[in-house]
Amino acid sequence: MAEIKLPRREFLKGAGVAGASAAAAVSGLAACTPEAATTASNAPAAAPQARLVITPEEEAFFSAAVDTMIPADQLSPSGTDCGCVTFIDRQLASAWGGGAKMYRAGPYLKGTPEQGYQLPLTPHQFFVAGIRAANAWSQKTYNKSFDLLSPEQRAEALTAMQEGKAEFDAFESRLFFQRLLQITMEGFFSDPIYGGNRNKASWRMLGYPGLPATYADKIDEYRDKRYVVAEPLSIADFS
Amino acid sequence: MVTKLNEVDCVIIGVGLTGAMLAKEMTMAGLTVVGLERGPDRRPNEEFVLPRIRDELRYQTRMELMADNSVDTVTFRNTSDMTALPIRRWGAFLPGEGVGGTSNHWGGSHWRYLPTDFKIRSVITEKYGARAIPEDMTIQDWPVTYDELEPYYDKFDKLCGVSGKAGNLKGQKIEGGNIFEGPRSDEYPSKPLKSSAGALMVAEAAKSLGYHPFPAPFAAPSAPYTNIYGVTLGACEYCGFCGRNSCEANAKASGTINVMPVLRNEPKFQLRTHAFASKLNYDRQAKRVTSVFYTDMNTGEEYEQPANIVILAGFVFTNTQMLLHSGIGQPYDPRTGRGLVGKNYCYQFEAPATAFFENKNLSPFMGAPGDAVVFDDFNGESFDHTGLGFFGGGYVRAGSGASPPIGGRDVPPETPSWGSKWKAETVKWYYGVVDFNTQGSVYANRANYMDLDPTYKDSLGRPLIRMTYNGTENDHKMSAYLLTKVEACIKAMNPSVYEVRPRPKMFTVVPYQSTHNTGGTMMGSTPGNSVVNRYQQAWDAHNLFIMGASTFPQQPGYNPTGTLGALAYWSVDKIKSSYLNNPGPLVQA
Repeated sequence: MAEIKLPRREFLKGAGVAGASAAAAVSGLAACTPEAATTASNAPAAAPQARLVITPEEEAFFSAAVDTMIPADQLSPSGTDCGCVTFIDRQLASAWGGGAKMYRAGPYLKGTPEQGYQLPLTPHQFFVAGIRAANAWSQKTYNKSFDLLSPEQRAEALTAMQEGKAEFDAFESRLFFQRLLQITMEGFFSDPIYGGNRNKASWRMLGYPGLPATYADKIDEYRDKRYVVAEPLSIADFS
Repeated sequence: MVTKLNEVDCVIIGVGLTGAMLAKEMTMAGLTVVGLERGPDRRPNEEFVLPRIRDELRYQTRMELMADNSVDTVTFRNTSDMTALPIRRWGAFLPGEGVGGTSNHWGGSHWRYLPTDFKIRSVITEKYGARAIPEDMTIQDWPVTYDELEPYYDKFDKLCGVSGKAGNLKGQKIEGGNIFEGPRSDEYPSKPLKSSAGALMVAEAAKSLGYHPFPAPFAAPSAPYTNIYGVTLGACEYCGFCGRNSCEANAKASGTINVMPVLRNEPKFQLRTHAFASKLNYDRQAKRVTSVFYTDMNTGEEYEQPANIVILAGFVFTNTQMLLHSGIGQPYDPRTGRGLVGKNYCYQFEAPATAFFENKNLSPFMGAPGDAVVFDDFNGESFDHTGLGFFGGGYVRAGSGASPPIGGRDVPPETPSWGSKWKAETVKWYYGVVDFNTQGSVYANRANYMDLDPTYKDSLGRPLIRMTYNGTENDHKMSAYLLTKVEACIKAMNPSVYEVRPRPKMFTVVPYQSTHNTGGTMMGSTPGNSVVNRYQQAWDAHNLFIMGASTFPQQPGYNPTGTLGALAYWSVDKIKSSYLNNPGPLVQA
């Protein structure tokens, strides 16, 4: 627990000893409440959005990527329909995307993986450079930019980046993939105030109730009993 | 260029939790106090409120409350033959900034060290022989005992309104509490939090193995509580947003919530925010610090603040860096083992595990760090180390809940991290996760230390602090041993799947692990083995007191905040009772 939870895969991955006793087969919708699934599949598609910083080429790339990572199925609408590209655009235009609170002085040495990110690029610049490299690699490998690949090819291409097998000229494709996955998941699961998680699709999918999150009077009653709310609430619902 | 200000009785660098405590105590003694805080003010009534406080992206993911790396950071390398590189955005550990400092966003795990922890070198030597401690293990006894600190632990508990269950009240062992702890003079100020469903499952398994589980002590009351300064704290709401975030309920202890409401009204106290202290003005002949230089980060103007007493109350890195910049004490050299400033840097050795259960409803979004259970049967010298090949230990903590969805979505090993299969697995296991963590000791090593970086500079043009650190063989063995106990406990719970995650051999600053950094200005019995004496008074400057975990000689297997709070109260008590009337060294060298 370490006081703070992190996605398990981020923590010390690679050194783990898996002790799966009986990894049960996926039973799909077993944990999904019926109303969540219904709401998700009935949700209307997102309207086109004006963009702040991403270019049409970048939008096409992000759309193809987030829809491959978060495909539409019984559990949720697609990444784009959940607003992930809008989220990414706004994040890259934000102070964070511009490198606020980031130490940016040189010299820039490559370092070891243990020493962390050492590129001079801000998050926005990183994705601009990464998409250029990913499309160049896709062109070389498939004769098409990433967004024009078939769904199967996109999955194959993302897997190649995830495993570091896609040769980027700028930096390791694995690093690009990790950051792409991270920002996509942030867009899927964060409060809708940032433009992602449209219609609270991911919260409905999980059964996450959102705000106000005051549970002192509920701990006893819901200890091993499902706590269900009619409608998850977000920051905007209280504003 | 530099504007010299009027002298005050006391200047405090860093208005975090200890800085605020010390300011309160010094003004109560009638002194005029200036607090220099390099970050912004924090206004709980405006910032830490619903609905904006429940913003996982802003606080947990983008780390709103953490120190600004563009102003100042740390460089890192695993070993001294490498080139250290800057941490460009925080990862493994998260120092805070602004009034309240790191206490605004800590997890609230509130512990005392074991009585044997304070004399660990002597205890190990006595139990296992004079040659038992490896030559490169530079642990030493603390110059203060548990019994001496106990009244101050108690006072700090009552500042924070800590919830928990005593396991040793005045020497009487109490079942249901931690029977391994040192004797307490009083019960916890507040009853323990209600345990989560996962915590109760772990408690049952731990008991079946003969261990002694108890509710995790937590620096937030379970019912409204009025602390020693008359500040009324709220009760924990089990909101699930504790780590990296502040408390909307005014429950989780912090400088901002527990001290500032009364300190702000104190006419003898002056708070200066955005005041970035750069150097102590050291008079080597007089063995005094005469003033503090700082830059106003709103205007860029430089100031000199003279003071009779200077209290350095920054994070571990700030405290060590300030001495090195100011030429106080001798920098540590790992090749010769000589020098003391920067020595015995330690980083808490945590390692996690996760167990997955089908058909459970563990409400992953509800909860607080205090709803976990702990078993402490394998910490410090509470168990026999004969034949184990290591010294030290730690506690095991486990439970379910307290995880908002960006960060809190565990899936079993080998699950894809994206796509429909990932989504289905995420939904399937969302309600069935029990998390474990081991809070392991770090017994200082000759090779691990801090000094000034030769290349990288902060925004004022000063060299950054450089950390050289890697986990030692001793600590890896200790951690692996704790994980065998975790695994046994997990097996007793019969989960569908589980995963134990040992620490990698090479320490990395990338994923979050723990903010428990200690050492650099260690305390000890003589100027030959330490930077500060038992009252945290610098041997080289009698009017300089250093507060915080930078004074720890090494790191026992518990979170450091309880002890740094107790040490702050112990020290200020001595300042008030002895130093103010008779300024000079409180311990003769």
